Amino acid sequence: MKEQGDSQVSVHINGIKVSVEEGTTLLQAANSAGIEIPTLCWAENLTPANACRLCVVEQQGSRTLVSSCSRVCEDGAQVLTDTDRVHRSRKMVLEFLASSNDLSQSPDLVAWSKMYDVDTERYKAPAKIEDQIKIEDDLFVRAYDRCVLCYKCVEACGDDAQHTFAIAIAGRGFDARVSTEYEVPLPESACVYCGNCVGVCPTNALQFKTEFDLRDANDWRPSEQTVTETVCSYCGVGCSLELHTQDNHIVKVTSPSDHSVTSGHLCIKGRFGWQYVHAPEFKPREAP
Amino acid sequence: MFGVGGGTSSYAEVEDTDFVLLWGSNARAAHPIYFHHVLKGLSKGAKMFAVDPRRTASAKFADLWLGIDVGTDISLANAMSREIIAANLHNKEFIEHATSGFDAFADHVDEYTLERAAATTGVNANAIRELAHGYATAPTAQILWTLGITEHHNGVENVLSLCNLALLTGHVGRWGSGLVPLRGQNNVQGGGDMGALPNKLPGFQDVADDSVRAKFESVYGGPINPEPGLHLSLMFEAMARGDLTALYIIGENPADSEADVDHTRKLLAELDILVVQDIFLTRTAQLADVVLPATVGWAESEGTVTSSERRVQRVRAAVKAPGDCRHDYEIIGELAQRMGAKWTANTPEELWDELRSLSSMHAGMTYDRLETEGGLQWPCPNIDHPGTPYLHGWLWEDDLDGRAPAPFSLTRYAGPKEQLTDDYPLRLTTGRVLDSYNTGVQSSGYESPIRSGSHLEISPVDALNLNLVDGERVSVSSPRGRVEMHIKIEPDQVAGLTFSTFHFPELVDLNLLTNDEWDPLSGTAEFKAASIRIDKLPIGTSRG
Repeated sequence: MKEQGDSQVSVHINGIKVSVEEGTTLLQAANSAGIEIPTLCWAENLTPANACRLCVVEQQGSRTLVSSCSRVCEDGAQVLTDTDRVHRSRKMVLEFLASSNDLSQSPDLVAWSKMYDVDTERYKAPAKIEDQIKIEDDLFVRAYDRCVLCYKCVEACGDDAQHTFAIAIAGRGFDARVSTEYEVPLPESACVYCGNCVGVCPTNALQFKTEFDLRDANDWRPSEQTVTETVCSYCGVGCSLELHTQDNHIVKVTSPSDHSVTSGHLCIKGRFGWQYVHAPEFKPREAP
Repeated sequence: MFGVGGGTSSYAEVEDTDFVLLWGSNARAAHPIYFHHVLKGLSKGAKMFAVDPRRTASAKFADLWLGIDVGTDISLANAMSREIIAANLHNKEFIEHATSGFDAFADHVDEYTLERAAATTGVNANAIRELAHGYATAPTAQILWTLGITEHHNGVENVLSLCNLALLTGHVGRWGSGLVPLRGQNNVQGGGDMGALPNKLPGFQDVADDSVRAKFESVYGGPINPEPGLHLSLMFEAMARGDLTALYIIGENPADSEADVDHTRKLLAELDILVVQDIFLTRTAQLADVVLPATVGWAESEGTVTSSERRVQRVRAAVKAPGDCRHDYEIIGELAQRMGAKWTANTPEELWDELRSLSSMHAGMTYDRLETEGGLQWPCPNIDHPGTPYLHGWLWEDDLDGRAPAPFSLTRYAGPKEQLTDDYPLRLTTGRVLDSYNTGVQSSGYESPIRSGSHLEISPVDALNLNLVDGERVSVSSPRGRVEMHIKIEPDQVAGLTFSTFHFPELVDLNLLTNDEWDPLSGTAEFKAASIRIDKLPIGTSRG
């Protein structure tokens, strides 16, 4: 049985003394003190990938800015999360991302762009990612013009949750993309359609087909949607589901990332098996 | 087990255990999110051994896979017990303190030598020894199982054989050690907890106990029959005798799901009256005299369900049900009223609070707590109780909490009821696949990109012997029936073994083949072991 670390360390974040358990990250310590730090590639149900550099902060004695999502609190450290240098760095990261990607479907990124006074036109004639959207099945679509290569989907598919390893980052530099093996279409890949990649995607590059179709019809209305927590109807594990509904219809299914059973992850049945709820009648499959 | 109708452990424990013994369970496909917890444990260094006739998606994550012959589990478990004792690896202190019947048990298993078990099970003797030693010497260990253990004519004896291993080694009643049956349906645990058993009232209280009945009668406002009822298999036998002539089925589809299903359909059709309450007009509902359209429990109605870790969680209505569908509790309440009952609890929360007043293991679980604490694990006897992550900690207490020690069980190997014969030389075992569920009533509602329909998986060797090509449509017969279906040559499949699912009864009526021999102790049929024959179809019909 694993022992919980019982030694405490103290850090000063923006002048506030915060005492935390050894092993706590700066991000967790800051959050526990009510200090918000923007993150893109970090999620509480994944290990930090250190890819986006949006969560950087200044730590006294460190020559470079440090990423708060992965940096562990050192006793006595003096940390500043809101300096000009931090601001400039975050602004630059967001401007780079905006220069190559469509970030419009991420409410967080839209808000941070305002907060950090992002100039989306800073880079004239920028290199844009303009990949064709991939619609290969009825469950979810992949729009890589919105993909910022944050690695979350790769980690959720890999050893942070699903252990299927159907996708990885392939290619280098500007041609780097999330890809299946040999770029085969998803239904021919190792993918088992748990949708956990969609669940963690921060930019809507991966989105459920139901959401995609409603957006396509100009009928996606998040402000009118309700979220109801319930339990999956399939096997006996008891996965917690959040049913997102619009006009008395389920439009997508997620799971709370802090739930002890799921950690936010589901299987294909839990994620996509709800459609019978809206079936007018039981439609058995036709014999071939 | 040990007198309580639920698994011993929390999911989180398998992340902290040292040794996972996965037996007759393909959790990777059938309980995928539980398997995430297993994978966390393996990532942290736990060993995993898998016992399964098939090299399943789960078994592929194991350090060692023991490809046991279908239905020989008791031989393997008893040989493990014998080896653990012979190698002096049993936990003598625990056995002395917390168990009874050890000497008789040691005598009983003495004939189950490794060599004999190897011959019976088809598993190499060294692999059995390695498993026995690994399990016995691990600081903590869990045994996980599902229908591969229970869907046999001697399923209860199979379970008891696994319990013996835990008692022998002390791998129960502590964090990280336990016996974990994974439940196949989202509320099969809750159904039992709520008294949907022939001999129990809610909270596993005995219906034959006068004082228990008196307590329930005072709240329910009427007399309760002291005679235990019938389990499913006995009900079908009573129908066959003509003793049971009226049936009320709620949310179940036996006309597709029962073993030897042709026999089941005839019995259902011959009833004087069949009432079916369901969300769809299933094959069972189509046989009914009266259909009561119900709402979808987890998305259109309020209530609770209970999971495999005894966690009671709330389900909530997210959408409004169509037409005149009514909630299950409304339909049942209305029927009761028409029959003269005067029930005072009507809303889901009132019904739940009534249950809390009658079942002490649920007493501390208010709706408020279920909401704010992410569910609670029974027993939770009072409002300040945090719930119970694992059971049977009393086995380690000085005075056993005043209870009797846990007994060893003497279990005997007896293979599947249906032996292979010259006429039916192949073994058919059934199971589930990742994207589908039982008879497909729910899972056929969505288009899965990884769904390949219903086919019979056979080994390359058998395909060669029968002169079959991958995808060929063949005739498959058992002593009970015949279907036509496509074969799929599965490189991992053991020779002599075939596998399929009954997720697609419209495509392939697989339960025409399965054996309804059932366990007299549990009533569960032997879905895991039928004997079959494969015949080629006449030329011109086999590629359909």
